[in-house]
Amino acid sequence: MTDVSSTPESSEIPDAVSEPRRRFSVQLVWIIPIVAALIGLSIAVKSFMDRGQTITITFKTGEGLEAGKTKIKYKDVQIGEVKELAISSDRSHVVVTAEVSRDAWGLLVKDTRFWVVRARISGGNVTGLGTLLGGSYIGVDAGSSPEEEDSFTGLEAPPAVSMDVPGRQFVLHAADIGSLDAASPVFYRRMQVGQVISTELDPAGTGVTVRIFIRAPFDQYVKPSTTFWHASGIDLSLSASGVKLNTESMVSILLGGISFQTPEGLLKVAQAPLQAAFPLFATRDEATKHAEMVAPFVLVFRESVRGLAVGAQVDLRGVTVGEVTKIDVALDPQRTEFSVPVQVQFYPERLSTQLRNQALQGGPRPFRELLDTLVAHGFRAEIKSGSLLTGQLYIGLDFVAKAPPARIDWSSDPPRFPTVPGSMEQLQKSLMRIAKKIENLPLQELAGDAGKTIRSLEASLKSADQLLKGMDAKLVPEARAVLTEARQSLEDLRKTLAEARNTLGGANEVLSSEAPVQMDLRETLREVSRAAQSLRVLGDYLEQHPESLIRGKREDRK
Amino acid sequence: MSGKAVTAAGRDLCSCHVCNLVSRWQPSAGPAYCPRCGATLHMRKPGSVARCWALLIAAYILYVPANLLVIMETGSFISYRKDTIVSGVVHLWQTGSWMIAVIVFIASVIIPLLKLISLTLLLVSVQRRSRWRPKQRTRLYRMVELVGRWSMLDIYVVTLLAALVQLGSMATVKAGPGAVAFGAVVVLTMLAAMQFDPRLIWDPFQNEEIND
Repeated sequence: MTDVSSTPESSEIPDAVSEPRRRFSVQLVWIIPIVAALIGLSIAVKSFMDRGQTITITFKTGEGLEAGKTKIKYKDVQIGEVKELAISSDRSHVVVTAEVSRDAWGLLVKDTRFWVVRARISGGNVTGLGTLLGGSYIGVDAGSSPEEEDSFTGLEAPPAVSMDVPGRQFVLHAADIGSLDAASPVFYRRMQVGQVISTELDPAGTGVTVRIFIRAPFDQYVKPSTTFWHASGIDLSLSASGVKLNTESMVSILLGGISFQTPEGLLKVAQAPLQAAFPLFATRDEATKHAEMVAPFVLVFRESVRGLAVGAQVDLRGVTVGEVTKIDVALDPQRTEFSVPVQVQFYPERLSTQLRNQALQGGPRPFRELLDTLVAHGFRAEIKSGSLLTGQLYIGLDFVAKAPPARIDWSSDPPRFPTVPGSMEQLQKSLMRIAKKIENLPLQELAGDAGKTIRSLEASLKSADQLLKGMDAKLVPEARAVLTEARQSLEDLRKTLAEARNTLGGANEVLSSEAPVQMDLRETLREVSRAAQSLRVLGDYLEQHPESLIRGKREDRK
Repeated sequence: MSGKAVTAAGRDLCSCHVCNLVSRWQPSAGPAYCPRCGATLHMRKPGSVARCWALLIAAYILYVPANLLVIMETGSFISYRKDTIVSGVVHLWQTGSWMIAVIVFIASVIIPLLKLISLTLLLVSVQRRSRWRPKQRTRLYRMVELVGRWSMLDIYVVTLLAALVQLGSMATVKAGPGAVAFGAVVVLTMLAAMQFDPRLIWDPFQNEEIND
């Protein structure tokens, strides 16, 4: 082939030992890329099989959410991950795109709920503390709808009750929310048996709707006649028996809550239906007051109802059998006239115990029949005045003689009860007359005179005042001195009198007839009178014989 | 350098791979043994191009999952991350470790890719008996061989961390399936480079003048 073999060294190079040709049909090295391809393929297949369903959840805020990091957990087990966070086109909320793993696809149905689990304090308990360290995650509550869904609206707060807890929901209507919030407790005989799920304002804004959940088996105690009331707060009552403090648990004092109770006799009645609506009363007392059958009616009046307030009584011969719940004004387009539909609630059980027993057994039927009969006999509602001074009105029920025939319109909602115009109009007329008379009085002049009188009176009073002041300044000190002196004089006088009394006592002794002085005196006086007699004799003698003074007494001329 | 290229193969001489004894052998005459040690004689590495292709294709296939699958899972009681190579690089970049991010990116993404491309280039050129820049291609081959093992850096880091950081719920590091794929890519490219016989680059120049 070449001239290489002719080189000198080539002779020293040994020949290779030849061997029959072997056939290498397959090179084993190709197994390696095949294996690699298989591995790659299996990974691809696996990732295709494992690929999650992409879902979108909208939240009001993306607080605590992070793309690629925030997990979706069902019962604290991860079932997916947030892939993307975006702002919705109208910028009103956040759209979370997440991927849910294959084994959790069953959860993606219409009523499944999503919410962001954060640390929060509500309803007396603290939840989600772990998220402070580990970051928020999206919680899932599995729905039961058969309908699949892949876009959801996230809840702003965790649902109070997850769907797999047995129990039932009820709807309460209240005038105001009080201190209730989602997750506020619901008590039955002071035992916590449920929670408030949500609170919302009615669309019309006339009240609030509270949804509550009562766990099984306590939900069976909710009957159609059950009453609910706000359990929050402290009921302090003072009576002859002392101070009585009535509260629910401390939790409800702090956070509010709802209590309910069913009248004892009604516990055997069938349960209230699912989602049944109840009124929510402000206090227990109010609730027990209403723990009876309530029949709403509407009374249409054509007269003014000024003075009739919501809560006014419906009265049957002095017994309250209902109350006014709402007052409206309606325009009657055909008659071009205003009418006032007044909604009332009857407590028909108060009409008679007999009726109550019937109601327990047979529902509203006998009540209707009874009312129809009563109305046929002239039973009507009218507006009556409770007090002329305050103008308070109430609704009176009674039989009205010669009432035009009418019947209860059961078809309207609430049923319309016949009314008669009340005595109010006449009353108003007489009131008007009185008012006119009062108007005609010469009030102006009277007032002028009175004003004058008052002015002069005021002047007199002023001078009197001055006088008094002067007296006060001048007289009083003198008077005081005089009084002191007088007091002293009186003292002296008292002493003098005492002495005088002593003296008089002495004198008394002296002057008494048996007293020796008296006797002596009398004797002396007698002596004195004898002396006087002899003195007179002497006098007479001397008159006749003045010379006797010089010559002495002459012997009698005999 | 200039002159006539003379190769052993061109003179029907063959060196035994085991004892390095040069013996006279015409490959056309069929397989042969070394007269001294009895090993099978090969003029070039047997099936070099085919094996290299096989390994290279396997490496290409595994390069995809190596980059897509999770290479490392780090979990602590406050967070849990799964990182692919690229997400790890991005994370490093975002947290400010730019240098490390660049190093990891080059060592783990660029170099394996360049290796794959280089080997493909070499194989294609050899199969086409290309005469294009044989020296540069030889240098490229040497670089591929040299740099190959450094791509295992990632794997070392992951395996070291996975072995060391096992603090229960406090912190754990686990190697993900991507690490296996990535390791396989590196090993396969290294094997492919070893299978490649650089002498094949020069075979088209047998009996010719080389002037460069």
